[in-house]
Amino acid sequence: MSSGFVGDLTIFVLALLVGFEVISKVPATLHTPLMSGANSIHGVVLVGVVLLSAFVTGPLGYILLFIAAAFGAANVVGGYLVTDRMLGMFRRRPLPRPAEERTSRD
Amino acid sequence: MTDGVDTAVRLASLGGAVCFVLGLHLMNSPATARRGNQVSAFGMAVALAAVFVEVAHGGTMSAARWLVLLAGILVGSAAGLYSARAVPMTSMPQLVSLFNAVGGGAAALIAIADYDHDPRISAGTATATVLDVLIGGITFSGSLLAAAKLQGYWSGSISPPGGRLISAALFLVAIGSGIAVIAGAQSLPILLIAVIAALGLGVFMVLPIGGADMPVVISLLNAFTGTAVAMAGFVLQNATLTIAGALVGASGGILTKLMADAMNRSVVNIVAGGFGTGAVGIETGPGAGAAVRPVAVDDVALQLAYAQKVIIVPGYGLAAAQAQHEVRDLAALLESRGVDVSYAIHPVAGRMPGHMNVLLAEADVPYDQLKEMDDVNPEFDRTDVALVIGANDVTNPAARRPGNAVSGMPILDVDHARSIIVIKRSMASGYAGIDNELYTDPKTSMFFSDAKKGLADLVAATKTLVA
Repeated sequence: MSSGFVGDLTIFVLALLVGFEVISKVPATLHTPLMSGANSIHGVVLVGVVLLSAFVTGPLGYILLFIAAAFGAANVVGGYLVTDRMLGMFRRRPLPRPAEERTSRD
Repeated sequence: MTDGVDTAVRLASLGGAVCFVLGLHLMNSPATARRGNQVSAFGMAVALAAVFVEVAHGGTMSAARWLVLLAGILVGSAAGLYSARAVPMTSMPQLVSLFNAVGGGAAALIAIADYDHDPRISAGTATATVLDVLIGGITFSGSLLAAAKLQGYWSGSISPPGGRLISAALFLVAIGSGIAVIAGAQSLPILLIAVIAALGLGVFMVLPIGGADMPVVISLLNAFTGTAVAMAGFVLQNATLTIAGALVGASGGILTKLMADAMNRSVVNIVAGGFGTGAVGIETGPGAGAAVRPVAVDDVALQLAYAQKVIIVPGYGLAAAQAQHEVRDLAALLESRGVDVSYAIHPVAGRMPGHMNVLLAEADVPYDQLKEMDDVNPEFDRTDVALVIGANDVTNPAARRPGNAVSGMPILDVDHARSIIVIKRSMASGYAGIDNELYTDPKTSMFFSDAKKGLADLVAATKTLVA
């Protein structure tokens, strides 16, 4: 069991380092979508809830399962949709004319 | 046969985790960010499909379990769908806080339900269980309170009498019951005591924190949520949860550090409730204190219209006045006259990291006009007019000197512009509670007006005067 714990810890620490590496490159302009996107990712807790559903018992277990499932699903669905909506608002300045001509010829 | 399914499920989970990392990687440019979010969502769909196959093959799913699970997912999805569609961008910080709350809450519930199912767990799993319920509990109550504060049910800070003492007591209870669970108490009530203590701690952590410190608090709670989810991964021995939780923890951690640096304060200092917590700007009328130079709308319009380079410095006051569209109109009008217009965005201009960029993007401001502090600061020397709207402390040159409330805070070098125009309702001070020396600079003109109305008047005046 303890070797399982160390294995999980290894994965955790390495993922943390990957996260630092990848995320430190995100520009300040995108920090809100980044946080909202990260927010959606922790909706992965729903995976845990599904695993949990395979062995819950008793009224308390079912109540916890229902609430956790609702929380997790709201997190996943809401998080990804609102991030997408937000990123849809980020638009570039209309291209200057010469560039437009070039692209239309291609 | 079952082994084949098991391997396929594990590989799919790995694929999901890879998609999360790739999705975050694509977030490093506005051009690819939307695709990044879609890649991440695809990864989530794969991970979820895999886990559904896994439990369906496990053979322990009863009709009742399916029903409860799917009913919960249905209710939650509907709530998520509605909130994602309905929320205005000004309320993004609240929504992110709510998602932090449900994410952290669900992570804590997983640990509780797992412990309720079978408390005979190893010390390693027990440690993860305790950390999960403590961090998840703090995140849940703290984020709900943060969302309520952001929604404006009340703002500013509240320091209840004996707050620190109660926090210390709750902390001891949380640690004590946590150690008992790790030592093998095998008692659900003891774990629940830890949960209750954590919920209390979350409340007392966020209560004393004031409005302008919110970017730090949200980032910190985001990091907490990620960590709680990772701990749930430890409890269930599921690598997908651990990896995803760690990624979110890293993201929240980085943003917390960036926000704290942008205010030149330590995270500990903010959570402990440092300066500004009680500093509500004293409303003195225009012209109070040192001499300022008020200007009329026509003068401002002429200055802007005949400038070559204008930098707009928006602060949260702009968003509070809902004036994003007016500022966009003004910028478009100036650009049509050949003026070079850009926006200087301070990292804490808003209620969460990068908030101002989203608000301006919503008002159709192209993102290549939005410039970060370090990139735009050298440009102020070449700027004819800096137009400050609803920003205060982040423009105060006093920050360059030691010995005052904003000392050492990174600021926008607005005072380097040839001329400065500040749109402001009154001479009230900002969050730090000190006077802004920019306003008394001889190059500065004060245009006293509400941001929305002032900008609309400016557009009208520019059109009549120079069109």
